[in-house]
Amino acid sequence: MDLEILVENVLNAVTAGITIGCIYGLMCIGLGLIFGVMRIVNFAQGELLMLGMFASFYLVTGGKALAFLGPYWGPFVGAICAAPIVFVGGALLHKFLLSRVSGLRTAGTLDEGHFGQLIVTLGISLILQNGGQIVFGSTPVAVRTPLSAEAFLIGPVYGGATVFLNKAKLIAFVVAILVAVVLYMTLEYTRLGKALRASADNPTAATYMGIEVDRAYRVAFGLGAAITAVAGGLMATYISFGPFVGFDYVIIMYSGVVLGGMGSILGAFWGGLTVGFVQQFSALILPPQLQNAAIFVVFLMIVLLRPQGLFGRSAERA
Amino acid sequence: MRYGAGPQLKRDLTRLAVLAAAYLMLMLFVKNSYYQLILTLVPVWALFGVSWNILSGYGGQLSFGHASFFGIGAYTVTLAVVYWSLSPWLGIVLGMVLGGLAAVAIGTPTFRLRGHYFALSMLAYPLAILYVLQYLGFQEVSIPMHRDNPVAFMEFSEPRIYTLIAVCLLVAGVAVSLIIENSRFGLALLAIRQNELAAEAAGINARLWKMRSLVVSGMIAAVVGGFYARVLLVITPDSVFGMLVSAQAVVVTLFGGVASVWGPLIGAAILVPLAETLQAELGTYLPGIQGVIYGLAIIGIMLLAPDGLFWTIRDRWFRPKGAAPIPDVAPMTVASRPVRAGVPLLVVENVSRAFGGLKAVSEVSFSVTEGEILGIIGPNGAGKTTLFNVLNGVLSADEGSAQLSGQQMLGRKTFEVCRMGVGRTFQVVRSFPRLPVIDNVIVGAYGAGLSDRDAIASAVRALRQVGLQDQSGMAAGQLTNKQLRLMELARALAGNPRLLLLDETLAGLGREECDSVLTVLAGLREHGMTICIIEHTMHAMMRLADRFVVLDHGRVLATGLPRAVVEDSSVIEAYLGKKWLARQNA
Repeated sequence: MDLEILVENVLNAVTAGITIGCIYGLMCIGLGLIFGVMRIVNFAQGELLMLGMFASFYLVTGGKALAFLGPYWGPFVGAICAAPIVFVGGALLHKFLLSRVSGLRTAGTLDEGHFGQLIVTLGISLILQNGGQIVFGSTPVAVRTPLSAEAFLIGPVYGGATVFLNKAKLIAFVVAILVAVVLYMTLEYTRLGKALRASADNPTAATYMGIEVDRAYRVAFGLGAAITAVAGGLMATYISFGPFVGFDYVIIMYSGVVLGGMGSILGAFWGGLTVGFVQQFSALILPPQLQNAAIFVVFLMIVLLRPQGLFGRSAERA
Repeated sequence: MRYGAGPQLKRDLTRLAVLAAAYLMLMLFVKNSYYQLILTLVPVWALFGVSWNILSGYGGQLSFGHASFFGIGAYTVTLAVVYWSLSPWLGIVLGMVLGGLAAVAIGTPTFRLRGHYFALSMLAYPLAILYVLQYLGFQEVSIPMHRDNPVAFMEFSEPRIYTLIAVCLLVAGVAVSLIIENSRFGLALLAIRQNELAAEAAGINARLWKMRSLVVSGMIAAVVGGFYARVLLVITPDSVFGMLVSAQAVVVTLFGGVASVWGPLIGAAILVPLAETLQAELGTYLPGIQGVIYGLAIIGIMLLAPDGLFWTIRDRWFRPKGAAPIPDVAPMTVASRPVRAGVPLLVVENVSRAFGGLKAVSEVSFSVTEGEILGIIGPNGAGKTTLFNVLNGVLSADEGSAQLSGQQMLGRKTFEVCRMGVGRTFQVVRSFPRLPVIDNVIVGAYGAGLSDRDAIASAVRALRQVGLQDQSGMAAGQLTNKQLRLMELARALAGNPRLLLLDETLAGLGREECDSVLTVLAGLREHGMTICIIEHTMHAMMRLADRFVVLDHGRVLATGLPRAVVEDSSVIEAYLGKKWLARQNA
């Protein structure tokens, strides 16, 4: 291969890896937060992503509530606005369904209630997917913005090699970073963050300290859902999607979260970034069908070599 | 067979025969070909659930990726017909072998992981295979017809024959599952699910049993997949390796009742017809409605009957009769070993173990002679439990050696150390809470490699030794703290150990309870048992121990006779502080 083309391809893979990776990172934080605080494997996370996409779609393109913001600002404000909507949805799901099979209710029981949680989240996933098909229809839609067809050109940097920065992805990337930083600050420095971390560490002890663990879990689930929904809204500016889109991404989310070490919020972000990178780089050498297979191979390799994830710690006492 | 398994197995096999016969009768009355297909699919998915249940239900190793094996079976059968014109009958057998091999290949690396990591990693395998198959161009493969020899190629014009085959496969699979459930295989899996470390410490090779269960499970799943491919004739990577396939196994089993062979059968019998009928009746008007109703059904059942239908119904209407009496077998008599007083049994030399910069155990040396009770004492954080963990293989040692009658203990796995004749109890009792006391203890006997009969006899003896014979039928979860401590002791004794490592056996016991446990321990000494015991309660230790080893900050502070040790000034300082020592000397 011509060196110039190689350089161009690598540089573009790097930039795409970073931008898409950070959006994946945000998506993974949502799942990582839910897992880290509540220790439940949420199979419906992909559907929460899907809800975020559709929330943004109806606000911007479909319902036009945000149409006055124009095609440049609207889609990104829409993505942010998806957060409160999905937060409420997530909190309700927790209140009426998940709280019955998780938290203090199942702490200390055999398998810690994992089987029940698994079934309930699978059920939610099925309902949202198929219900989405009824409500939203199965034709793929997209949040239209002219930005997704425009790019900044950087270069030529090396000979004729040019780096293309898709504007929609670039802005989505910036928003994703901002949201992630705000969330991190919230968890690290506020009272709410402390309550969440305490409930994650030891729910029983947190209860004794006067923390409403059930409420903390509800907030964590809502917040996790909302964060993933924002990532969904951002992705909706550059991909088209239908009610079954969540399926493709739930696997990516789990890869990212496990890679980062389950339970670590920062780790989830890096894990998501890693997955984005692997995906974009594998595009250089592998046919498109095998890109996802590459993610799983890297995922399995890292997990097997470092079972606690890249950033996690393992602890068991005898 | 496990204790009490014979009659149970006979009852269950009878039930199975009656069920199969009734199902085949029902089949005779169904004429509609669509319903006939449903009748074939019910046993197919039930058997897939049964296979998942062996690994994830009994063993608790949650797998989200059982489609790997299902798909391997399906593709083996299909591609074998396409490329080699191999009969599906043989193709299914070939698929079964490949399913078993795949289980070894997948299990070998993946069993290094635990809990959620294991579950999610299993998810990656079928999806990776799926993408590879798509890339290789096997998007849609159909099984060609061989009209010349229909029977060899499983081509029957009468669709009910497929149902018959499906039922036969299911019966075989359920029988395998029942045999596992009622043998040491099943007991090992149940123990691993409830407390893996305790199972290891009782001599159970957890890795090996988990691997066996994955292989059996993978083989059955591959058979189901192969047969499914033959029934549907056309397969795609998504239809056999997809996430929904894995989910199907999980859903039918959890819906029906996990860790019971009947669970997947009940789940499949309700959910498969429900989903198929909804699809047929409503699919055209409301695409996706079947998914919504399916989702509602499984959520509903989880909220109303969290353990699945089988257990909920059984607990409500068919409560098993109360505590079974101690089995009526002669307790095993062990020729009590002649105690060669003064001969060292355990010799620990220079053992160290650090966690990062913290030296939890540092150059510890001591020895235990046969028939002796050695008390290991020391303030909190002195490294006592870490020392035990190093000795019985839960943790690796950084340096040093520990020899049991000249055999090296360090560097072995926990279950291997147990089989050398070292029993262990834990600071926080590790029981198998759902198993009856007798089974808890039998796990220890199986761990030592005893035959079924000997294991029961040995367990009975151990229960009598600790005085728990009246509680043998109770679930361990119902015992008091003292009884749990004694049961853990009995579990260690059931393997006929040469050395017992007891970690704070008296912790949390009241004065009287403490006394009765001490009596049991003293009784063990009478029989020539050698014991290392960690304890805080000084007055108890003074009565029990022959010699003390005092640890502080990971080092041996003093060794010697109890009286001498408690008067040793460095020991007093470590326990009570310098001020106390100064006041005493003043």
